[in-house]
Amino acid sequence: MTRKQKKLLIRIIVSAVLFAGGLFLPHEPEQFSVMWFVRLAVFLAAYLTAGYDILWKAVRNIARGQVFDENFLMAIASIGAMIIGEYSEGAAVMIFYQVGELFQALAVGKSRKSIADMMDINPESANVERDGEVLEVEPDEVEIGETIVVKPGEKVPLDGVVVFGSSGLDTAALTGESALRDVTVGDEIFSGSVNANGLLKIQVTKPYSDSTVSKILELVENSSESKAKTESFITRFARVYTPIVVGSAVLLAVIPSLIFGNWSDWIYRALTFLVVSCPCALVISVPLSYFGGIGAAAKRGIMIKGANYLETLAKAKIFVFDKTGTLTKGSFSVSEIRPDEKSELSENELLNLCAAAEKISNHPIARSIVKAAEGIEIPTAENAEEIAGFGVRAIIDGKEILAGNARFMVKEGIFGNDSEEFNGGNSPGTVVFCAADGKYAGCISVSDTPKDNAKEALAELDRLCNAKKIMLTGDRQSAAEDIAQKLGIDEVRAQLLPDGKVKAVEEIFAEKPNDSALAFVGDGMNDAPSLARADVGIAMGALGSDAAIEAADVVLMNDNIGSIPLAVRISAKTRRIVIQNIVFALAVKAAVLILSALGFANMWAAVFADVGVSVLAILNAMRTLSIKE
Amino acid sequence: MKKTFKLVDLDCANCAAKMETAIKKLDGVTNASVSFMTQKLTIEADDDKFDGVVKQAVECIKKVEPDCTVVLK
Repeated sequence: MTRKQKKLLIRIIVSAVLFAGGLFLPHEPEQFSVMWFVRLAVFLAAYLTAGYDILWKAVRNIARGQVFDENFLMAIASIGAMIIGEYSEGAAVMIFYQVGELFQALAVGKSRKSIADMMDINPESANVERDGEVLEVEPDEVEIGETIVVKPGEKVPLDGVVVFGSSGLDTAALTGESALRDVTVGDEIFSGSVNANGLLKIQVTKPYSDSTVSKILELVENSSESKAKTESFITRFARVYTPIVVGSAVLLAVIPSLIFGNWSDWIYRALTFLVVSCPCALVISVPLSYFGGIGAAAKRGIMIKGANYLETLAKAKIFVFDKTGTLTKGSFSVSEIRPDEKSELSENELLNLCAAAEKISNHPIARSIVKAAEGIEIPTAENAEEIAGFGVRAIIDGKEILAGNARFMVKEGIFGNDSEEFNGGNSPGTVVFCAADGKYAGCISVSDTPKDNAKEALAELDRLCNAKKIMLTGDRQSAAEDIAQKLGIDEVRAQLLPDGKVKAVEEIFAEKPNDSALAFVGDGMNDAPSLARADVGIAMGALGSDAAIEAADVVLMNDNIGSIPLAVRISAKTRRIVIQNIVFALAVKAAVLILSALGFANMWAAVFADVGVSVLAILNAMRTLSIKE
Repeated sequence: MKKTFKLVDLDCANCAAKMETAIKKLDGVTNASVSFMTQKLTIEADDDKFDGVVKQAVECIKKVEPDCTVVLK
C-alpha cells in the first residue's frame, strides 16, 4: 500500500467506526432535540472524514466546468441525501464510495505490479572491461565491440557473443520456458536472460537501444496504445451514459414532483440515480482485463502488441501456417542420395557437387546438404549464383552444375513438365535435383521433421475455436500432403514460390467469412508481408529476430508451437471476462435505475450498483492474470 | 513525432478516457493515448506544433484531474 492508500484506509476505518456508532443512536429522534443534534454530528463527522477530499475536488472541478465529474456527482448525491434528512445514507454512500476507490487503487496497483514483475528484465548495470579493469556502468554506456563480464546470477545486460566461459542461461523472463539453454564460446546471447551458473565474458554486438531487452520493453510499453474496439466502445458509451443518467435524474426530481407533489421522495429517487451515474465499473474493468490478458501472455513469452490483437485473436477461425520452422523443426537432414544411373557418379560424388554449389546459399535445405558433406573434400565453385525460389547455379571443375527444385530443372530444360523425376521418385520430404552440363545427375532427399508437439497444438486449436488450419509451403504437393496428414492440417497450398505465400494469404483472406479473423503463423524470417496482411500476424521463435518483432502483431519469443493455442485460450478468456463484466455492470445498473425510479430501490442498492459492481468487475478482470497451464 | 510521458497520480479510469478525448481534439495531434493501466500519455503530433501541443495537453490533463502531473523530460 502506498502512503496515500494507507491514509485513505485510516480515514475509512475512523469514518466507519463513527458511522457504526451513529447506527446505535435512536433512529428517529424528535427534530432539533439534543439527540437529533448528536446524531447529525456523528453522521456528519463520519461523512466528512470519509469524503472531505471528494467534496473539495467537486468544488474545484465544477469551477473548471467539469459538470459530469464523478466527484461532483457523488458530492451532490450525498449532500442531497443529508439535506432531505437521510443522514446515515448520505454518510454510507460516501464511505462505500471511498472503499470502492481504495479497492480499485489496490487492485489496479496489484495488476500493474504483477505485470511489472513479469517484465523485470531491465538490467540495472553492466560490468565492462576497460583497460584491464572491470567497471560498473549503465548498460547504454557500453559500446559495440567492448567486452562485458556477467557473473552467475546476473542478468545479461546487452546482446553479444560469448568469448569466454560457458554456462546455462535462464531465458524464462523472455521466453517463458524454464529449461536452461547451454551457451559456450561463440554462441549468441540475448540481453534479459539470466546467467545461471558459470562466469561469462561477452563481446557486445548491439548498443543497448537495439538490444533484445529494449525491443521487448518497448513492445510491452506500447501495447497499451492500441486499444481494443470494445475498449473504445466503452469509452464512447461512458461519454453519453453519465449525461443521460444525470439528465434523467433532473427530470425525475422535477416532473413527478410537480404532478404528484411529495418532493423529498422524488428527490431521493433522483439522488439515487446520481450515485449510479458513474460508468466506473466498465471504464476500469475492461482495460484492466485486456491489460491482465496481455500480462499473462507476456509471462509465457507471448508478446501481444495491443489489446486490439488480443481481441482479434479470440475471433480467429482460420490459421494459416508457414510450414518450415513453424510446424516443422526447420532442421533438415539428408535422408537419401540417389545418383542417376546414366551419370556414373557415386553417392559421395553427387553429394560433393551439390554441397559445393549450395555452399553459397543460406537456405536451410542448402545448409543441410553442406553439413552432410562435412568431412569429405568439397571442390570449389566458381561464379556461383542463387536464384531465389529455384536453386543454385555454379561452375565446378569446368562443368555447369545446377542444384535446386523440380521447377528449376523444368525451367532449365532438364526435365519435361511431367517427367517421372519431377515427382522425385516418390521420396518423402524435399528433393534437391542436380544437373551437370545440362544432364540430369541425380537427386538428394532432405527431410524435415514436425515439431514434437505440433500435432497436439493443432488439435487443441481445433477444440478451442474449431479453427480451419491451412499450411503453406514451397514443398512438392505429395510431400506437403504427407506432413499435413500427419499433423491434421485441413488444407495445403504447396509448391509456392516465396512471393506466392502472401498471394495465398490474400486469397484465403478474400474467402473468409466477414466476422471471423485470419491468423498467420510464420517464423518471421521471410514472411513479413504475410504477417502484415493477416488480421493477426504471429511470429514464432522471434527471440533475437528484430524483423519478426517488427512485423508481427503477436510475437512468440519461444519456438514452442504450443504457445499458439495458449495465446488463443488467453484471448478467449479475456474476451469472456470482458463480456461478463459489461453485461453484469449494465444489467445491475439498469435494474437499480428502474427500481429506484419506481421507488423500490434505496440508496444502499445504488451504492452496491456503483461500488459493489466495480469491485466485482475488477476482481473478475483480475482473473485474466492467471492462466491455467 | 511521437513521444511518451509518464503520468503521476492519475487516479481515475474515467478521467483518463476524458483526457484522451480532449487531447485527441487538439490542433496538430494525429493520435493520442492516455493509459490508466500503464499511467502513460502518448502523443503523436506534427513536428512543428509538438511543443505547443504538449503544453496544451498538460492543460487538458490539469483540467480533468488537477492532482495529476505529467513528467516532462
